[in-house]
Amino acid sequence: MKAWFKTGTPWIWLNAGAIALCLVMVIGVLGLIAVQGGSHFWPADLQRVQAVQADGSKKLLLAEHVRTEQVSAVTLKDSGVTLPDNAESYARHLLKVSNRDVYGRDFAWFLDYDLSNWEKPDNAIVIERREWGNFQGFPLQLLQQDKVIAEGEALWPALQAAMARANALHDDISEIENGEIGKINKALEALRLGKRTLELNGASAEELSRYVQQAAQDQAALDAQYAGLQQELEALYSQAKRDSLKVVTAEGKELTINLSNIVHAHMPNRMSVLDKTVHYVAAIWHFLSEDPREANTEGGIFPAIFGTVTMVILMSIIVTPFGVLAAIYLREYAKQGTMLKIIRISVYNLAGVPSIVYGVFGLGFFVYIMGGNIDALFYPEKLPAPTFGTPGLFWASLTLALLTLPVVIVSTEEGLSRIPSTIRMGSLALGATKSETLWKVVVPLATPAMMTGLILAIARAAGEVAPLMLVGVVKLAPTLPVDGTFPFVHLDQKIMHLGFHVFDVGFQSPNVEASRPLLYATALVLVVLIVLLNMAAIHLRNKLREKYRSESD
Amino acid sequence: MTTQQTLNGDSELNLADEKVKLQVNDLRLYYGESLALKTINMKIPEKRVTAFIGPSGCGKSTLLRCFNRMNDLVDICRIEGQILLDGQNIYDKAVDVAELRRQVGMVFQKPNPFPKTIYENVAYGLRLQGVNDRRVLDEVVETSLKGAALWNEVKDRLHDNAFGLSGGQQQRLVIARAIAIEPEVLLLDEPASALDPISTLKIEELINELKERYTIVIVTHNMQQAARVSDYTAFMYMGNLVEYAATNKMFTNPSQQQTEDYITGRFG
Repeated sequence: MKAWFKTGTPWIWLNAGAIALCLVMVIGVLGLIAVQGGSHFWPADLQRVQAVQADGSKKLLLAEHVRTEQVSAVTLKDSGVTLPDNAESYARHLLKVSNRDVYGRDFAWFLDYDLSNWEKPDNAIVIERREWGNFQGFPLQLLQQDKVIAEGEALWPALQAAMARANALHDDISEIENGEIGKINKALEALRLGKRTLELNGASAEELSRYVQQAAQDQAALDAQYAGLQQELEALYSQAKRDSLKVVTAEGKELTINLSNIVHAHMPNRMSVLDKTVHYVAAIWHFLSEDPREANTEGGIFPAIFGTVTMVILMSIIVTPFGVLAAIYLREYAKQGTMLKIIRISVYNLAGVPSIVYGVFGLGFFVYIMGGNIDALFYPEKLPAPTFGTPGLFWASLTLALLTLPVVIVSTEEGLSRIPSTIRMGSLALGATKSETLWKVVVPLATPAMMTGLILAIARAAGEVAPLMLVGVVKLAPTLPVDGTFPFVHLDQKIMHLGFHVFDVGFQSPNVEASRPLLYATALVLVVLIVLLNMAAIHLRNKLREKYRSESD
Repeated sequence: MTTQQTLNGDSELNLADEKVKLQVNDLRLYYGESLALKTINMKIPEKRVTAFIGPSGCGKSTLLRCFNRMNDLVDICRIEGQILLDGQNIYDKAVDVAELRRQVGMVFQKPNPFPKTIYENVAYGLRLQGVNDRRVLDEVVETSLKGAALWNEVKDRLHDNAFGLSGGQQQRLVIARAIAIEPEVLLLDEPASALDPISTLKIEELINELKERYTIVIVTHNMQQAARVSDYTAFMYMGNLVEYAATNKMFTNPSQQQTEDYITGRFG
C-alpha cells in the first residue's frame, strides 16, 4: 500500500478524476440547454384526443404532447381530484393546446386515465399568429372578401400563396410605420427643438417669430407628407385584410383568422422528416433573426444578440487603451514603492468587487452625474426629457469597461514584466530613449498578453447581467443601436441583452410553459456567442504570438 | 612597448604609437555600498581590439557597460571618476546619453533581435534618428549586413521575422544593427559565449574585419578567443585591473603572477 502511494499513482487518479468531473459538468450543462432549447423548434406531431373535463363532460382536443410525469395520489387527493382506484401514483401529460383566444391558456395538464382515443389527424394545422399565440385545429376554407376561393385539397397551396402575399404586405406596412413615419416624427421633433434652442439662446422676438413662421410651413409640409403616408397605409391595410382563413378547432368551434395576423402555418402530421428538418432550420433562423413578440414569449431574439455584441465591442474599445496605458505606467514609469503597492493591490481587488456594486456606481456616477451634465451642456433644448442622463448603451459599456479594467491591467503588467531585459537593453544601446524603446519594442511584444487580458474581459463582460439592469439594458428595445442615420451608433439608446433576456424570460414571463424552451434556447445562444467572441480574440492573439514568437508568452 | 603597473590596479600601458579613443581616469563604481570597480585607470586605443578577461564577477562586464553608460539603468549603481571619449567626459551632465550610445554601440551576450523583420532590425537605429528614406535605408541595411558577413545568408528573406534566424545569424544581425548607425566604438559583451564553434569562428573573423573601422572592446571568458582576436588584453580580478598589455606579451610573458596563474588555468 505504501509502495503504491510512492509510485504516485493515486495522484494521477485524483487529477484525472478532477478533470473527468469538470468535463461531466461542462458537457452536462451544455447538453441540457442544447437539448431543451433545440427541441423546441422541431415541429412535433399534433394528436387528437378525447379528454374528460373536471365536470365529467367529454371534449375533443387537438394538442401537442409536451411531456409526461408521475404525480403521487396524495398530491392529487389534496388538490381535490377524485381518483378511480388506489394506485400510488398516476401519470399525467402536459399538452400544448394553444388557441389562447378560445381556451384562455396554451398549456394544460391531464391525467392519463382521463385521456382516450389518441390519433393523429392528417389535416391538422398549426398557425403561428401575430396575436393570441398559436392556433391548432383544422383548416376549412380560404376566403377572399367573404368569398370562398379554395377548400379541400386545393386549400393548402392556395393558402401558401396567400400567406406570401400577406407577409409581403406586412413588411411594406412595417416599413412605412417604422421607417418613413419615424423620419417625419424626427423632423417634427427637430422643429420643436429648434424653437426651444432659440428660446434658450435668448433670441429676439423677431428672430423667434421668423423661425416659428418657417417652422409652421415646414410642419405643414410634413403633415401633408404624413397624410399621404397615412392614406397609403390605409390602402395597404385594406388589401391585407382581403384574405382570411376559416378554421375549426378540434371540438368544432369555427373561427376566422385574417391572413394579416398569420406569421406562418404548417401541417406537422403531413410533413416528412426532411420537411421537418427544413422547418426546424428555418425556425432556428427565425429565432435568431427576428424581433421578440408577445412579451418575449414568442418570436426571436435578434435585438438581444445585436445589443450584446455591440455592447461588448464598445466595452473592448473603451477598456483596452485605458487598461494598457495604466499598466504601462504602473510597470514602466511609476516609482516602485509602498504607494505603488497600495495602488496595485487596490486595482487587483477591484476585480473582486461584486458586479452589482459597479451597476450602482454606474447609475449614480455615470448616468446621473456625468449624463446629467452632458444633457445640461449639450442637449438643453430636450430637457426635461433626458438624452444621456438616462441608462443607455454607452453607460452600460462604460460600466462594464470599469468592471473589466483590472483584468486588462493585470494581464498587461504580467506581459510587460515577461519581456526580457536584453531586448530593452538592445534598443537602449542603439540610442533609443526609454519611450522609444517602450513603444517600438516592448509594447508590440506585450500585445499577446494584452489580448489575453481582453479575452478574459470579454468573457466576463458578455455574461454579466446584474449591473446592466441598472445602466441601460431593458426588457424590450427592438430598435437597434446601430443604423443608417447619423451618427450611426446611437450611444444613448437602450439595448436588449441576452443575459438579461434569459432572466426576463425565465422569471418575468407571463407564460411559463411557453417561455421555458425559449429560456434554454436563449441561454444556448448566449454561451455560443461568448464562445465565438472568445475564439475570435484567441485567433487574433495566436496570430500576434506567431508574429512575435519565441520572445513573448 | 613597455608596460609598467602596480598590483593595486593602476596599470599603465605605453601606447605611444596609438591614438587613444577611450581613457578611464580613477573610475570607481559602487553597487549600493559595495565597491565593484576599484579605481580603474586605462587607455583604450583607436581601431584596435581590446579584450577584457578575468574570472566571473571580476567587474569586466561592469567596466564595459560604463563606456556607454548602460549602468545608468541600474538604480543602485553609483560612479566616481571619469571616462573620456575623444577627450570628452561621458559622465558630464551635459552629455546626451542617447547620443553617446549612438557613438558607442554594444552587442550583448545573448542575441537580442527585435520582434521585427531582419530589415527593420537593421533599420531600427536609423529610423530612431528620423531616417525614413527608403533608398538610404536599403543601402545602409545592405552595407551593414555585408559588414556583419550576413548579407549572403539573408538577402532573399530580408522581410522575414528575425527570430527565424539561427543563434549565430541572430548575433551577426545584432552586430549589423549596431554598425548600421556607424558608431565609433563597439562594445562586445561575450558575443560568442552562447554560440556553437562554427558561429563563434564567424564572429571572430568578423571582429578582425571590423577593427579596420571601429574601436572594439570585447569581454570574453574564452582565453583562446582573447588571444586570437585582440591586440591588447586587460586582466581583471576582484574589481581591480591587474594587468594590461599587448596580447602577445600577456599570453607569453605576463608580468604578474596572478595573470599567469589565471591564463595557465591554475585558478579562476
